[in-house]
Amino acid sequence: MKKFIALGLCLVTIVSTLTGCGSSGKYPNGKVYVYNWGEYIDPATIEMFEEETGIQVIYDEYETNETMYPKVEAGASNYDVVCPSDYMIQKMVDNDMLAELNWDNLPNATANIGASYYEQSRAFDPENKYSVPYCWGTVGILYNTTMVEEPVTSWSILWDEKYADSILMQDSVRDLFMVALKELGYSMNSTDEAELQEAKELLIAQKPLVQAYVVDQVRDKMIGNEAALGVIYSGEAIYTQRENPNLAYVIPEEGTNMWIDSWVILKDAENKENAEKFIDFMCRPDIALLNFEYITYSTPNDAARELIEDEDIRNSTIAFPDLSQYDNLETFSYLGEEADTLYNELWKEIKSYTSY
Amino acid sequence: MRNFARRIYIALIIIFLYAPIGTLMVLSFNASKSRAKWGGFTFKWYAELFQNDAILQALWNTLAIALLSSLIATLIGTVACIALQNMKKRNRAIVLGITNIPMLNAEIVTGISLMLLFIVLGIQFGFFTILLAHITFNIPYVILSVMPRMKQLNPSTYEAALDLGASPLQAFFKVTFPDLLPGILSGFLMAFTMSLDDFIITHFTKGPGIDTLSTKIYTEVKKGIKPEMYALSTLIFVTVLILLLLVNKTPKEKKN
Repeated sequence: MKKFIALGLCLVTIVSTLTGCGSSGKYPNGKVYVYNWGEYIDPATIEMFEEETGIQVIYDEYETNETMYPKVEAGASNYDVVCPSDYMIQKMVDNDMLAELNWDNLPNATANIGASYYEQSRAFDPENKYSVPYCWGTVGILYNTTMVEEPVTSWSILWDEKYADSILMQDSVRDLFMVALKELGYSMNSTDEAELQEAKELLIAQKPLVQAYVVDQVRDKMIGNEAALGVIYSGEAIYTQRENPNLAYVIPEEGTNMWIDSWVILKDAENKENAEKFIDFMCRPDIALLNFEYITYSTPNDAARELIEDEDIRNSTIAFPDLSQYDNLETFSYLGEEADTLYNELWKEIKSYTSY
Repeated sequence: MRNFARRIYIALIIIFLYAPIGTLMVLSFNASKSRAKWGGFTFKWYAELFQNDAILQALWNTLAIALLSSLIATLIGTVACIALQNMKKRNRAIVLGITNIPMLNAEIVTGISLMLLFIVLGIQFGFFTILLAHITFNIPYVILSVMPRMKQLNPSTYEAALDLGASPLQAFFKVTFPDLLPGILSGFLMAFTMSLDDFIITHFTKGPGIDTLSTKIYTEVKKGIKPEMYALSTLIFVTVLILLLLVNKTPKEKKN
C-alpha cells in the first residue's frame, strides 16, 4: 500500500509540472480564445496563425449550438471568437451578446467572401454587422440510383408509397418541419399555427413510410445500401458519394434550407483585435482552401474556390450549386420562445403517433 | 438439457455485453471510414492515433484527472467516515443524508451549479476546475463504500491497541486501517471509473483548450466519430483486460 501511495505522489508531481507551465515567451502578442464546432478546422491552420502573428490560440470545441449557448451565456470562459449557425447568431444578437465587427480590420473577409453569402446572411444579421460566413451548405435528398428509377426533383417523392420503409428523415425538429413546410409551399420560418398544423398532418401521414428518424446515421445507412432515399446535409453528400458511387444528391425544386455557420465576436471579448486578426486569417484564400479540404463543407470563399485543383470538386453542383438558379432557398431564423414551444409540441405529437 | 439451457443463457449474456465492443474492435481495423463498408484490413488508424496530439492530450488529461480526483476523494471520504463513526446517531444520519444528495442529483444540475459557483468565485476554468468538480462528485461514492466497512469494525480492537501503548495514530494505521482497506480500495476504484466516464459535469466545468476523452469524442459527433477513437478504445479495452487477468491471477499464486 505504501508503494501505491508513493506511486500516486509521483504521478501528482508529474501531472502538476506538465500541466502547470505555460509558454508566454513564444507568443509575444497575447492570446485569442476560439470556440468552434468539433473537427471544423484544419489544425495546421491554427499553427500557421500562431507562427505568423505571435498570437496564441486557445482552441475549444462544441458539438451543437444548444450546448455552446449556455456556456457562452454564463460567461464561464472568456471566449473571443465563436462559430454558431444562422438562427443561433440571431438569438445571440437579440440577447445582445455579440460585438459589432470593424470591417476595416477584415480586408480578406471583405474581398474574398462572395457577396451572395453576405446577402443570404441578412436573414439573421440584417445589416451584416456581426458575422463573417465560414461554412455553408444546403439540405437535400440523397438517393440511391439503383433503387429509385424516376428522376428525383421534388420533396413529394418522400411521400411515395413505393419507397415505404426505405426513407430516412432527419431527427431534429426544424429540419423535419422544413421538409413538410417546403413541400406545402410555405416558408420554413413559418410561425403560423394553421400552416404548422398542416405540416404536422403531412408528416404524420408520412410516418408509416419512414424507415427511421436519424441524424448522422443517414451517411452510413446510405453508403451501406440500407435505404433508398434520405434527407441529408450537402456537406455529407460528397463524402458519401465517394464511398458509394450509386448515390446522387439533389436540391428539390420547392427550395430548401441554406445554412450558414459564421464567425462572430462576443461582446465581452477581451482580445477583440486578435479575434479580428484570427477571423481575417481564416478568410485568406490559401487558409480557406486548407480548411475546405479538411472539412469538405462548401466554403463561401470565392478566391479559395478558384484555387481548388480538382476540377470535379471546383465545379461540383453539390458543393457549389448555382445559387442564382434557386429563388426559394431560405435560411433558418430564430423564431422566439413561443414558436419554439409550438414546434416542439407538434414534433412530440408526430413522434408519439402510432397508426396501429 | 438444463446444462444446455444454461450455456445458451451465458452465451446470450456474453454476446449482449461484448458484441458492441467486438464491433468497435473490428471497425478499428477497417480501412474505410464508414461503418457500412469494409475497406480492407489496416493498422492506419493506430498509426494516426499516435500522431494525433489532441487525442493523446485528452487521454492524458482523462487519466490524470481520474487518478488525482479519486485519490483525493478517497482521502477525504475515508477521513469523513472516521468522523461520522464517532458522531451521535442523529447527526450521523443528517450528515450521511447530505452527502448522499449529490449522488441522487441529476448530473446536469450538479454540472451547471458547479459552473455557476466557479463563476461567482472567479476561478479560471481549466484543469483545476474539472479536478475540483470530479473530487466533489467522487466523495459520496467513497463514503458509500467505506461506511459499511466502518460499521463492521469492532471498536474494542482499537481500544486494545491504545491500552497496549500505541499512540492514536499508530493504533489507526496498524489496527483500523488494514480492516478498512478493502472498502477504501473499492471506493477508490468506483471513484476512478466514475471520473473516467463522466461527460456532463466535465462539459460544464472545463475551460477552453482542455478536453477529456469523453468531451473530445462528443465534439466529433457533428462530423462523424473518427476511427482513431475506435483504435484508442480498443487499446484501452485490451489494457484493462490484461490488467484484470493479472489481478485475478495473483491470489492463486499466494495460496500455493
